[in-house]
Amino acid sequence: MTGTIPPAEQLAAQLRALYQRYGFKHYRVSKFEEYDLYARNKRFLTSPHILTFSDTNGRLMALKPDITLSIINNTRDDDRTRKVWYTENVYRVPRGGSGFQEIMQAGLEMLGAVDLYAMGEVLMLAARSLEAVSPRYVLELSHMGILTGVLDTLAVPAGAAEAILAAFEAKNAHGLASVCAGAGVDAADAALLERLCRLSGPARSAVKKLLALPLPPAAKQAAVELDQLTGLLTLFGPYNATVDLSLINDTDYYNGLLFRGYVDGVAAPVLTGGRYDSLIHRMGKRGGAIGFAVYLNELERFLAQPAAQDVDTLLVYGPGDDPAAVIAAVQAEIAQGRTVRAQLAGGTAVTYGRCIRPDGKEMT
Amino acid sequence: MTMETLNIALPKGRLGEKVYELFQAAGYDCPALLEPNRKLIFENEAAAVRYFWAKPSDVAIYVERGAADIGVAGKDILMEYTPDVYELLDLGLGRCRMCVAGFAGFRDDGARTLRVATKFPNITRDYYAAQSRPIDIIHLNGSIELAPIVGLSDVIVDIVETGKTLLENGLAPLAEVAPISARLIANKARFKFVGERIDTLCRRIAAIREQECSK
Repeated sequence: MTGTIPPAEQLAAQLRALYQRYGFKHYRVSKFEEYDLYARNKRFLTSPHILTFSDTNGRLMALKPDITLSIINNTRDDDRTRKVWYTENVYRVPRGGSGFQEIMQAGLEMLGAVDLYAMGEVLMLAARSLEAVSPRYVLELSHMGILTGVLDTLAVPAGAAEAILAAFEAKNAHGLASVCAGAGVDAADAALLERLCRLSGPARSAVKKLLALPLPPAAKQAAVELDQLTGLLTLFGPYNATVDLSLINDTDYYNGLLFRGYVDGVAAPVLTGGRYDSLIHRMGKRGGAIGFAVYLNELERFLAQPAAQDVDTLLVYGPGDDPAAVIAAVQAEIAQGRTVRAQLAGGTAVTYGRCIRPDGKEMT
Repeated sequence: MTMETLNIALPKGRLGEKVYELFQAAGYDCPALLEPNRKLIFENEAAAVRYFWAKPSDVAIYVERGAADIGVAGKDILMEYTPDVYELLDLGLGRCRMCVAGFAGFRDDGARTLRVATKFPNITRDYYAAQSRPIDIIHLNGSIELAPIVGLSDVIVDIVETGKTLLENGLAPLAEVAPISARLIANKARFKFVGERIDTLCRRIAAIREQECSK
């Protein structure tokens, strides 16, 4: 049938039902927040550009470029654990874009006591969210603790550490080797970094390879956590996850598990998430935090096939036709599961499957 | 099961032709690519590859946006536009240097804001920011060497291949910003689905380059 509910909205409804099944509560946020919240955490945002306006009392406000910061900001600092989901629009300049866009995203956040089960559950929900989009998906996992655990033992200058992270993120092994050589990293450590940079593959086998590497204790602990999590994920049912340690993020905000979701046919990640305890601690709150966002805008083109026509049936009537006959004809079409547009002859042009008169006769 | 076709964006021009020779030697040939015609896309179904030529500065955009699975772009373009792609291999082709250049013997005493003409404003900004040197960037689109000669700028930041143009105009490289060469890049999302094919291609090309370098 032409003109049903847009696929992105159908997906949002599916995700909502999924998150609610696991006890996540709906969280509503307003469209704007004080600018200061984003100014203080600019590097957490995917784009530095923020749409601002002055409120009636002179306060500088911003149209939300991000939901996570708002949820943390508006959550009381107590010992309770919160599990929330949202579907909201955010306003930002997409990477590579040249202007602001209204971007629809769905997601969930868990704040408070985040243990192994909680992380596994969030990962499973991320995998199921991707599955709702397409069976050809990949949930990519990484752990910030592995790279930071290795870097902490190297004591390289800040500039070199930044260059190492940049090369790592681009899987740029040749660049990594050159930065390591320039920073005086010894050959064994440089070789370990290179192996970590190249390490990727199906989750369970990649973790096995990771555990076999000569990691320093902090990195080993992170690798063990990744092992436990991928094992736990298996207990929730089949999933399609890979491990790729080139997935990293800002160490000031993210401190543990990181993940990203991809769907075959979409050229950018459609889901990003991770453990961001460092962010909530920076914002003066206690406990742990984990969450993810699904970028419904990235999926719009993938999900929606261009409609072949505006309506299934165009019902054309004249000024002399009995309105009751028009109503009967419209209802008959609806009852057949077809979309129908009734209009006076000579009205706005639309594309249609067939054109009929109120008496049901087809027009050419 | 049939192999999924790999979409490859090559930079138009001499560098692109050299890159294609490398891909051809690695077993990813596409004879149609060298035929004299006005076609834009060339495919070899047997090798499951599809090539297209793009403006060198646009290759990274095609790859970042997923129109191409992989491509070859200069390090200068990657440094200037920082596309979110994997940089998998240094092909070692098209080697040159990104340099600060000016009149031979030019001395920056730091007393005034340095006027720098360039086609690469981001690279220039990052380079001088790392030295805490205030600069005034003059963004030009070509004939950068002209800027210091006519007094438009104090120095330039540009690509230097042989240094001949600089020399003929009384200019000289003053400092190296970064070495430049062609890099093989890949779309991050596509890498999750055709990563093995891309890895194989990288291994074959790296082996050929090693052989060539050891000759």
